Amino acid sequence: MPAGVVAGFFGIRPNYLSTVDLAGASGCSMIDQAIAAVESGRCEVALCVAGQNLLSNRSRSQAVQSMAERGSGHPQFEVPYGPLVPSLYALIAQRHMYEYGTKPEQLAEVAVTIRTHAGLNPNAHKKDPITVGDVLSSRMITSPLHVLDCAIVSDGAAAAVVTRADRARDLRKSPVYLLGSGYGLRHGYVGDAECLTTSGAVDSGRTAFRKSGLGPKDIDVAEIYDCFTITVIVELEDLGFCPKGEGGRFVENGNIGLGGQLPVTTHGGLLSGGHPGLGGGFFHVLEAVRQLRGEAGGRQVPKVEVALAHGNGGVVSVHCTLILGNAEN
Amino acid sequence: MTSLPKPLPAPDPATSEYWEGAKQGELRLPKCRDCGKFHFYPRTLCPHCGSVNLEWKNCSGRGVVYSYTVVHRAPSPAFEADVPYVVAVIALEEGPHLMSSIINVPADRVRVGENVRVTFRSAGSGDEMLPMFELG
Ligand SMILES: [Zn+2]
Repeated sequence: MPAGVVAGFFGIRPNYLSTVDLAGASGCSMIDQAIAAVESGRCEVALCVAGQNLLSNRSRSQAVQSMAERGSGHPQFEVPYGPLVPSLYALIAQRHMYEYGTKPEQLAEVAVTIRTHAGLNPNAHKKDPITVGDVLSSRMITSPLHVLDCAIVSDGAAAAVVTRADRARDLRKSPVYLLGSGYGLRHGYVGDAECLTTSGAVDSGRTAFRKSGLGPKDIDVAEIYDCFTITVIVELEDLGFCPKGEGGRFVENGNIGLGGQLPVTTHGGLLSGGHPGLGGGFFHVLEAVRQLRGEAGGRQVPKVEVALAHGNGGVVSVHCTLILGNAEN
Repeated sequence: MTSLPKPLPAPDPATSEYWEGAKQGELRLPKCRDCGKFHFYPRTLCPHCGSVNLEWKNCSGRGVVYSYTVVHRAPSPAFEADVPYVVAVIALEEGPHLMSSIINVPADRVRVGENVRVTFRSAGSGDEMLPMFELG
């Protein structure tokens, strides 16, 4: 949605405008870019907005065809072979299984845990609990990904207000601070990526951790982009929460659930909470903020001081990592 | 082959040599005269070193399956008659990876690491040919 349209709708006469489109990394990047605009004095208060009616403005088949033909595949060198958008992630999953022995059951664990989280979020799109067996017996879309390994398609929107720390101090809501951010990109298209199992999240995570002076062990909750189950496994590894290749084992036994070693994507994510296009990755940022403020209700993780939000766009291509805290660094 | 139109490659000045090669049964890739590396997809500069000093080379057409997926749900009606079909990433002998299909075996026979060689099939209409791969 162009920034001018949003400002016009609200009757805002802004000092500064910017339209950010890094696909799934847009939510994280908008916050980062708004902070840069505030810090540089271009504006005092920034309103970040993203939303799309991905579900209701076309049929599901139209949405699938449109995403496949104009989405993430190269129009000359990939689209003619008929990949779905999920096929591009399936190529990553298949290679991960080949290199590291990752199992379909481990991919399914991601979907099951995140659905459990959605069940505790009154605003989630899909709340009914599922089992590993349900995922594995759900319709195969593009091997090894079943329909329950894939994000849903939703309507939705998200917004956040960004301002200077001193301006935020006496506002009604307690502020959340950006402690570090980073970006990464290692390929444009899946077809010509040199490596499909390690992503630019290595670089975005490393930069964000370095700027914050923190490490993976300091993170109380990680709101990780989950367009497909494999995405979560690759990003957990690349962000340094476990060694490369051990993501499949890391997500087992409730380890990424509430009460686990690292609660992940606690609002239900894109797999179950809702995926309205550009707005989808923004929900991860909002969930990090809610967890930091202790506003997450039945899915609240105890004593959250530092949260990570990570978005990726393209096909595990563009990455933006935010490290957020409820106290200034 | 279905009669519904599939999305056809639309060659441009940076890529027309690739598609011209396909029509002649040759897999042509751009190679950098400065750093000596091949790249794919074809660009107007070398993504390894930034040089615009490029030449087209005929490749062996041999490689291995780097990854693959069996597509069970067609992205559009044009692909419905083909389901299930394989979309694969091929690691070519010359270095680059490219996306293609594997067409000479049932979809469930394909495995990562198998040797493949290029073949060419009609892109569905007109005289454009698409590089595809066969096991063996
Ligand atoms: Zn070069």
